[in-house]
Amino acid sequence: MRVMAQLAMVMNLDKCIGCHTCSVTCKQAWTNRTGMEYVWFNNVETRPGLGYPRRWQDQEEWKGGWTLKGGRLQLKSGGRVQKLLNIFSNPKMPTMSDYYEPWTYDYETLLNAPLQKNFPVAQPHSLITGKKMNVTWSANWDDDLGGAQEYAHKDPMLKGIEDKVKFEFEKTFMFYLPRICEHCLNPACAASCPSGAIYKRAEDGIVLVDQDKCRGWRMCISGCPYKKVYFNHKTGKAEKCTFCYPRVEVGLPTVCSETCVGRLRYIGIVLYDPDKVLEAASVEGDQALYEAQLGCFLDPFDPEVASAAERQGIPADWMDAARRSPVRRLIQDYKVALPLHPEYRTMPMVWYIPPLSPVVDVVKETGFDAEDQANLFAAIDTLRIPVEYLAGLFTAGDVEPVNAVLRKLAAMRSYMRDINLGRDPDGSIPAAVGMGEEEMYEMFRLLAIAKYADRYVIPTAHAEQAHSLEEIATDCAVSAYDHSGEAQPFGVGSGPEVRIAVEDLRVRTARLKDEG
Amino acid sequence: MNTLLWVVFPYVCLAIFVVGHWWRYKYDKFGWTTRSSQLYEDNLLKWGSPLFHFGMLGVVGGHIIGLLLPKGWTDAIGISESTYHAFALGGGLIAGAMALVGLVMLVYRRRTVRSVFKATTPMDKVMYLFLGAVILLGCWNTFASVVLHSSEHFNYRTTVSPWFRGIFYGQPDAALMTGVPLGFQLHALLAFALFALWPFTRLVHVFSAPLGYLTRPYVVYRSRDVRAGAGAGNRAPQRGWERPSLDDARK
Repeated sequence: MRVMAQLAMVMNLDKCIGCHTCSVTCKQAWTNRTGMEYVWFNNVETRPGLGYPRRWQDQEEWKGGWTLKGGRLQLKSGGRVQKLLNIFSNPKMPTMSDYYEPWTYDYETLLNAPLQKNFPVAQPHSLITGKKMNVTWSANWDDDLGGAQEYAHKDPMLKGIEDKVKFEFEKTFMFYLPRICEHCLNPACAASCPSGAIYKRAEDGIVLVDQDKCRGWRMCISGCPYKKVYFNHKTGKAEKCTFCYPRVEVGLPTVCSETCVGRLRYIGIVLYDPDKVLEAASVEGDQALYEAQLGCFLDPFDPEVASAAERQGIPADWMDAARRSPVRRLIQDYKVALPLHPEYRTMPMVWYIPPLSPVVDVVKETGFDAEDQANLFAAIDTLRIPVEYLAGLFTAGDVEPVNAVLRKLAAMRSYMRDINLGRDPDGSIPAAVGMGEEEMYEMFRLLAIAKYADRYVIPTAHAEQAHSLEEIATDCAVSAYDHSGEAQPFGVGSGPEVRIAVEDLRVRTARLKDEG
Repeated sequence: MNTLLWVVFPYVCLAIFVVGHWWRYKYDKFGWTTRSSQLYEDNLLKWGSPLFHFGMLGVVGGHIIGLLLPKGWTDAIGISESTYHAFALGGGLIAGAMALVGLVMLVYRRRTVRSVFKATTPMDKVMYLFLGAVILLGCWNTFASVVLHSSEHFNYRTTVSPWFRGIFYGQPDAALMTGVPLGFQLHALLAFALFALWPFTRLVHVFSAPLGYLTRPYVVYRSRDVRAGAGAGNRAPQRGWERPSLDDARK
């Protein structure tokens, strides 16, 4: 048995209020740079909706991820030779218009306009061409079902249930889906990279792009089914979510998690057996993939796993973190978290607790008691549309696991109401979903109360590498940038790498001169 | 003058080519990329780029055969002069036309699509000028030898090729190039100038052709940088601070 540790995330969708704070803080931290204007490592999509880039889930169109061909796992867009033959023009690469053309406003006219009859207006200008433009799309254009009547029926996940979903204001259902890179166990982006620049870190499973090895062949961008690798059009290199590795290495949660207003994100370690990944990713039938991926995970309490981990050099504090991992509990113990699109066969590692709220809302509107488990269970069984839609996202269309999760959440709601109202807790409620009372209470604590230290159990990187964390971390595109704004000989970002300390000195000197 | 053009100049260009690449790789790994503009525009690129690149692969293959294989070798395996030329000119015309049409499309795209034009550096423009000139001259030479039958009076395999090979033997014979038609002379000189420019342009991506992709495992695992001899405690010890161990003693 081989044991590897993976930093994973779980998002509790019931708690997401769609405020985009995660997106904005992530952008400020990572993609607030020229060449990356259109990029959101973290984005929040309204569902049903088209997502970002538009219709990214339609793999018949984009050919991202893996597929089974004759029982063998193959990149959906073709094998290695085909990739190399397409290298001069990637046929499946999204263009800027599939994301959106980034823009800004000429705010100066507001201040500089001469006295005139009409109030001056700041007009939108393209950040790409500099010309005036009409803003017609963005990363969250259909936010809160805005324009849903026009757009939402194009949501690829509505295929097959489109006639049942109504987009009239009162009759529809809606929830938010925050997305980051999945840091997959079987990453299709890495497999697509001709240069071998994308790698999975052996210690924590974070998938990174080596900025010095990337040659801009663009195959990762089409290879990733989640469309979470982006092309920096100024530097000509691929960039992606880094799981904020400079932060998690010192035990801090990612920026998106740290700033999450709803506190819906959980970060922790999951142990898995890398030798099982290929087999699990190659199982027949898309709906078997959720169970297959669960089968790759290892139990840190199992003494055999613990001794194998020790032999393979996984530090004791990492094992301890794996045992306390909130992510492991939600995925492996309570089984309330589900992977996003397991049918892409990349074995994603950012999992989601599907939202019960569409169901609760409907029960509430009918005037019935939305805290009562019998009502909720009945609603879960009858409300096929939200459940089928969720199943399309999380279990390749298999409604059973989604039903099971929703029933657990409904049971928890109902069971905890009795406790909160000072009534005798009803042990039959957790038993109805196969859980013990203690277990249900622990799950409630983790989902509802979840203090900072419980949500983020992140073991620090080991000090033997501490010296390298800041200065040698070349994969951090930001640090490889020259911030001075001077023209570089071979285009933006070219030239030798500037060490952070040196750069810092330059910035400070410049500031002193400015002030002087 | 002849020595300057046909001996000194090629060596200077090649020296810049070699040292330039070494320097660029050492100092500018981050800038070493194709600088693709596909994100901006796809409709022209999807025709122009494959046409140009596959055409260029053919052109380079043709030059390897024409310049590096001595005439004696093809004669030895019984390929007659006329057969050789039919193939060379036919292949050359097809590959050259592909490259030329592709280049025209790409340059047109670069000039007319504003986002692409804005992403064009001065170095790109200089490079396009030289590259375009070399390709145009090359096509003209091939075309002229077919249509004007100038090949009957001039055979580059007995003049240009031995001179070119001589550069690598260290004995280039400038006299071989003096009688060569002007088109060929210019083609060769501009090509060497392009070699000198090469390391300072996006052309460096040619040397990143990812052939290793065909054999490497799909998913690459890499460790955080670990340097031997750093640290204390449960990490690798500093140099000179290794703990005594029976395992090491037994080695």
